[in-house]
Amino acid sequence: MSSSFTADEIMTIAASRMLRNGAVCFVGIGLPSTAANLARLTHAPDAVLVYESGPIGAKPPVLPLSIGDGNLAETADTVVSTPEIFRYWLQGGRIDVGFLGAAQLDRFANINTTVVGTYDKPKVRLPGAGGAPEISSSAKEVVIIVKQSKRTFVEKLDFVTSVGFLHGGDSRECAGLTGKGPVAIITDLCILHPDPVTREMKVASIHPRVSRDTISTNTGWSIQFADSCTETEPPSPQELQVLRDLKARTAAAHGAQGEAA
Amino acid sequence: MAEWVSLAEAIAAGVRDGDTVAMEGFTHLIPFAAGHEIIRQKRRDLSLIRMTPDLIYDQLIGAGCAKKLTFSWGGNPGVGSLHRFRDAVENDWPAPLEIEERSHSDLANAYVTGAANLPFAVLRGYTGSDFARVNDRIRSITCPFTGEVLAATPSVRPDVAIIHAQKADWKGNVLLWGIIGVQKEAVLAAKTAIITVEERVRSLDAAPNACVLPSWVVTAVCEVPRGASPSYAHGYYERDNLFYRTWDQISRERDRFMCWLNQHVLETRDFSEYLKLQGDPHVQAVYQ
Repeated sequence: MSSSFTADEIMTIAASRMLRNGAVCFVGIGLPSTAANLARLTHAPDAVLVYESGPIGAKPPVLPLSIGDGNLAETADTVVSTPEIFRYWLQGGRIDVGFLGAAQLDRFANINTTVVGTYDKPKVRLPGAGGAPEISSSAKEVVIIVKQSKRTFVEKLDFVTSVGFLHGGDSRECAGLTGKGPVAIITDLCILHPDPVTREMKVASIHPRVSRDTISTNTGWSIQFADSCTETEPPSPQELQVLRDLKARTAAAHGAQGEAA
Repeated sequence: MAEWVSLAEAIAAGVRDGDTVAMEGFTHLIPFAAGHEIIRQKRRDLSLIRMTPDLIYDQLIGAGCAKKLTFSWGGNPGVGSLHRFRDAVENDWPAPLEIEERSHSDLANAYVTGAANLPFAVLRGYTGSDFARVNDRIRSITCPFTGEVLAATPSVRPDVAIIHAQKADWKGNVLLWGIIGVQKEAVLAAKTAIITVEERVRSLDAAPNACVLPSWVVTAVCEVPRGASPSYAHGYYERDNLFYRTWDQISRERDRFMCWLNQHVLETRDFSEYLKLQGDPHVQAVYQ
C-alpha cells in the first residue's frame, strides 16, 4: 500500500528512524525537534530528549516553538541550568545522539551557521553557533537534518561553525574530538552516510520518486552514490498519521502554522 | 543587601554609559522591562553580553544603545532573523556594532568561571572550527596532567547583570524556577545585579535546593509584574508567540521599527504603560 507523502514528511520520518529506543538525544529546535518527538511517539517511547535550555527527558505534548518553551520544563524528568547541560551532560559524554540542522554543509559534513560571505562584511549574518560546536564534538553520534539544495550543500564553507569530519580520512580523530561524528545526513531527497575510509558523505538511500539527477543538481559538489545505494522505505501509514496529528496539535496549540524551522 | 526601588531608579543608579551589561534569560524570564528602561534612559556605548540576544537586544541595538555585542546565538527563536542586529552587523545601522562571537557552551562556562573568580574557562567544542580565526580571545591551553590541548576563553565579568525572576521577599531574597538558564552565574559574575520580579511576597517558601539568590548578592530589586513579557514567567503567564512573529514585521524596516520604538518605548512612561499599549487593539492593528 502506498500513501502519498510530502518531501518534508519523508525527511522528518527518515530522521526519526535514526533514533533508537532508549537513546539519549540532544535536540535542536525545528526539524530536529520534530523528528525526535516523532520517534518518541512511534518506535522509541523511551528515548530521552535533552534540550539545551535545560530540560532532560522532555515529553512535550505539542512541538515547542522555542528552545525554552514551558511545556519542555513541565514534562521533563528534571530541569538543570544551562552551564550544567553543557558541562555535565553534553561534554560529560552522556549524549548518544545529537540532532543538528545546518545553513550550509560540505562533503565532510562540516557545518556553517555563522555567515554567508566574508566574516567581516557578511552577505548574510546567520544566528551563529548556539550549542552546535559542542554537540558536534561531544555527542557520541551526530545526525544532521537539512533540506538539500546547491545553496546548502556547498563545495566550500564560508565559515566552519561546527565540525564533521574536517578534511576527511582520520583528521577528526587526529584533532582529538571525542564523539564519532556525523553518522547520517537526512535530506528531503536522500540519506547520506560517511564513506568508512574517506569519510566523504555518500548517498546511501534515495527517497521514493527522487532521481539521481535531482540529487546531483541540488548538490554543490560532485556527489557520490554508494555501491550499496538503495531506496528509502516509504513512510508507513502509522508514521504519517502520528506526524500529521502532532503537527495539527501543535498548530492548534500555537494558533498558527505550528513550529517554524 | 538588596534595596527595593523602582525600575527607573535601579537603571538610573546602576547602568552607566559605556558599561558592560549582561541581561540573561534562556527564552524564559527575559528582562524586557529592564531593557526598555535602558532604552528610555538613552544609555549609550554599552557592551552587551547575552547567550541568546533575542528581541530585547534587537531593540537595544536598533535604539542605538550598544557598541559591542558578545553572544552565541542571535536569532528570533522559532521565527528567523533578528533584523536590527543584522542591519547593525551588515550595514552599520544605526551605528557599527563590534561583535565577539562564542558558542553557548563557551559563554555558559565563562559565566561559571566569572562567578568563581577565575580568569578563564576551559572547553573542547571549538576544535577544528573557524572561531579562533575571527576571535583572538579564543585561545588554547595544554593540560598540565595529560597534555591535551583545550580551548581557553576569558571569563565573563560584567559591570551589571540584569535578570527577571518570579518572586522576592521583603528582604530582597530572590527565587526563580523553571528554565533557569545562566541567571545565577550571571548575577554572581557581575559587580552589580539588578533583578526585576513578578511579585513581592512575605515568604519565598522555597525548597532547600531551589534557585535562590540571597539578598546580599543583589543590588536592587524591583517589582515589575509581567516584566518578562513577551517572553514568559513560569507559573505566571505564557510566552506571547504572536508578538515574536509580529516582531519579524515590525523590525524588518528601519522606519517602521523607529515608529514602534517611539510609540511603545520612548514615549511611554514605564513598562505598565507599554503593556497597556500592547493590549490596545487599535494600536496593535497598525503593527499587524
